[in-house]
Amino acid sequence: MKSLSVSKAVTALMLAGLVLLPLYSHLTGNIFILTLFTRIIILALAAASLNLIMGFAGLMSFGHAAYLGIGGYAVGMLAQEGVGSGFIQFPVAIAASGIYALVIGALSLRTRGVYFIMITLAFAQMAYYVASGLARYGGDDGLTIYTRSDFSGLIDLGNRTQFYYLCLACLFGVMLLIWRIVNSRFGLVVQGLRSNEQRMQAIGFPAKRYQLVCFVISGTMCGLAGALLANNTDFVSPAVMYWTRSGDLMVMVILGGMGTLFGPVMGAVVFLLLEELLSQITEYWALILGPLLLLIVLFGRGGIMGALGRAGRG
Amino acid sequence: MAEPLLRVEKLVRRFGGIVATDNVSLDVASGELHAIIGPNGAGKTTLISQLTGHLEPHSGSVSLAGRDITYLPAYRRCALGLARSFQITSLLLDFTAADNVALAAQAHAGTSFRFFANARKEKGLRDAAQAALDRVGLGHRADIVVSRLSHGERRELELAVALASKPKLLLLDEPMAGLGVTESQRMVKLLQELRKEVSIVLVEHDMPAVFALADRITVLVYGRVIASGDPAAIRANEDVKRAYLGDQHVVTHHG
Amino acid sequence: MLLVVEQFLNGLQFGLLLFLLAAGLTLVFGIMDLVNLAHGSLYMMGAYFAATFAAWTGSFLLGALMALGATLVLGIVLEVSALRHLYGRDHLDHVLATFGLILFFNEAVRLIWGPAGLALPLPAWLTVPVPILPGIHYPAYRLAIIGVALLVALLLYLGVMRTRIGMLIRAGASNREMIGALGINIKLLYTLVFGLGAALAGLAGLMQAPILTVQIGMGENILILAFVIIVIGGIGSIRGAFLAAIFVGMIDTLGRAFLPNLLRQVLSGAAASTAAPALSSMLIYLLMAIVLVVRPEGLFPANRR
Repeated sequence: MKSLSVSKAVTALMLAGLVLLPLYSHLTGNIFILTLFTRIIILALAAASLNLIMGFAGLMSFGHAAYLGIGGYAVGMLAQEGVGSGFIQFPVAIAASGIYALVIGALSLRTRGVYFIMITLAFAQMAYYVASGLARYGGDDGLTIYTRSDFSGLIDLGNRTQFYYLCLACLFGVMLLIWRIVNSRFGLVVQGLRSNEQRMQAIGFPAKRYQLVCFVISGTMCGLAGALLANNTDFVSPAVMYWTRSGDLMVMVILGGMGTLFGPVMGAVVFLLLEELLSQITEYWALILGPLLLLIVLFGRGGIMGALGRAGRG
Repeated sequence: MAEPLLRVEKLVRRFGGIVATDNVSLDVASGELHAIIGPNGAGKTTLISQLTGHLEPHSGSVSLAGRDITYLPAYRRCALGLARSFQITSLLLDFTAADNVALAAQAHAGTSFRFFANARKEKGLRDAAQAALDRVGLGHRADIVVSRLSHGERRELELAVALASKPKLLLLDEPMAGLGVTESQRMVKLLQELRKEVSIVLVEHDMPAVFALADRITVLVYGRVIASGDPAAIRANEDVKRAYLGDQHVVTHHG
Repeated sequence: MLLVVEQFLNGLQFGLLLFLLAAGLTLVFGIMDLVNLAHGSLYMMGAYFAATFAAWTGSFLLGALMALGATLVLGIVLEVSALRHLYGRDHLDHVLATFGLILFFNEAVRLIWGPAGLALPLPAWLTVPVPILPGIHYPAYRLAIIGVALLVALLLYLGVMRTRIGMLIRAGASNREMIGALGINIKLLYTLVFGLGAALAGLAGLMQAPILTVQIGMGENILILAFVIIVIGGIGSIRGAFLAAIFVGMIDTLGRAFLPNLLRQVLSGAAASTAAPALSSMLIYLLMAIVLVVRPEGLFPANRR
């Protein structure tokens, strides 16, 4: 029980920190940290959505950045065409991601294991190329979003603090949803399939149906992150769905602790802060980050949540 | 004559040039415990796989309570009342014993596309799981993660999982495999009680157990049925004796 | 006509190049069960080595040979120092660890060679157009690529099907324990196979170098194409990789060359020029989707079990 309390304490501390961050930023006048953490929260949301399919359902999607792009392009393209309302943009972003996930998932789930990794990767790359080919919407160069999503005065996305809290609320909402899903009938089936698909089929569960639904849920959540990300940068480009971004998301999930509720958030915070820190030390930060990843894979089982658990026990 | 619960007709399955299931026909009546025996390589596993839906036959048919299930996937068969245990224990290792059984109950208790309510707090499912665990004598181990259960306990859990889906027919693929003497005896006792409630197809190597339990026995050799009948008839059958030359003492000395 | 023949040859050349990359990837996966994302980095390194060595020695051929040797050595060093420890681990671990390697290689290249790309000029004798049909000329260098790649494919086929080492490789792909039981030095075999795969990737990279700019990240896009090929061809199958690579190379090249015109005949000019680039880059992925629907195991799954 003591092990639980250590990771719980660290998690609570982190969440409290996220809630209070704007206050700190306001008091110290450090605007940069608010911008940085807005980005971190959005990517944590994306990582949490990936964790649902990867950690709980055991399906290694290597194409999650595609949803970031689809959500972002939904906002950008609608804005370009004069539809500025967030009440339209966000549902469209989520729905488009869901439809894409449905098609890609139905195809990819015909296979397993390494094939699944490669295929999700390849389809995400296809989305990347398609976006690059959209001449009307900036092609390779991307699309500038001149006005952020408009929520009719309900919330002002142009206001840094309000936007930060919107992102944080979305993150908490999605975490709550994931927590409920994981413990629901559906969640148990999906985790059972991760554990032993043959057994689950034998007791009467059609595997693919459940996995596909989970894949779609995960995709829509990540689409939401994409819509937020586009608003955060006022810009969307194919680069947002480049495959290394999918890799980054995977790293966040693993680093934090796959299959744990708060692991991905922790992973996103640590990974992005590390990236920020290293890039301040040296221009060639990836030279350190790359081998670090290798070492984490070789020696760090269970990610940060796993380590916290061990620390609590030891 | 009443429709048999399970009817297998002229089932054929080939692997390359080898005919692993050669024109196998058999009936299992409701309430019967029907054992399938045969020396190693007789094609028992291949036959079972076609009954459970893991392998498609090349010809012939399988029907359950009058319904053709020859080409149904495993999960549909289960919904129709065919539950199985695996020869090599196949459970959700990182779930508790109760979770394993509750999932089986869940599969038969309405839709599983429920996303919000905590399934571990659904009284109906938990009670069903506990009942099935109690039935096989594992009630006190409900909250133990499967990877920490002993081999014998896992075999019993397999049974509990199969029972939890309230099957019409239980397909048990070598439930005694790897069990010690005491554990085997417990399993035989358990099966003796279960057979009062549910029809069973039993594939087993443990001859004393088979002859003690079975109403009828079908003997499979090289994919073909060489004999079928009650234990006394099988014990007296010359073909069976010849096929079991190496194991003859087993057939003649026990039961 | 001229354009068709030329694009056809371009497709063949691209396909063969893809084969060199996919062959190494599928060998390493089939035998060591290792998913190596950094395979594309070896391709990139081959190109950088070639550009550097060719500049040092002043000879394209000498530079290419040295680059080939260098990627072989690099592959072996990589296997011994890092990747060997990943055998038998989860595929996810492979993905993450080799993803880290990609970051490392890209950054190392930026540190050593700078962010700007390099050029690898061809010697004069390789730039001449060669008449291949009456009135149709094709660049000598691209013909040379086709020739070299075909030769390598043939050697690879003979090597795997006819030699003792090839027999071991095939045995290893289908039954790991058996090889160990035969008392063969499996560690050495694995290192050699990985080195071979690295050299093939390097060869593809150095041959592609004079056609494209040598730049950071060049290995990544083509790596994903190699994945598509493996999915289409069937994991672990050299023959599948070969046929799928040619197929993908052709479709991609011909699609990019002719799809815009085809579309223009169906759609309005504006719509066609909007849709064409997006659609032609989707083609091979659509192809992959179709294969997945029809044959999820790939077209030529390796004979296992």
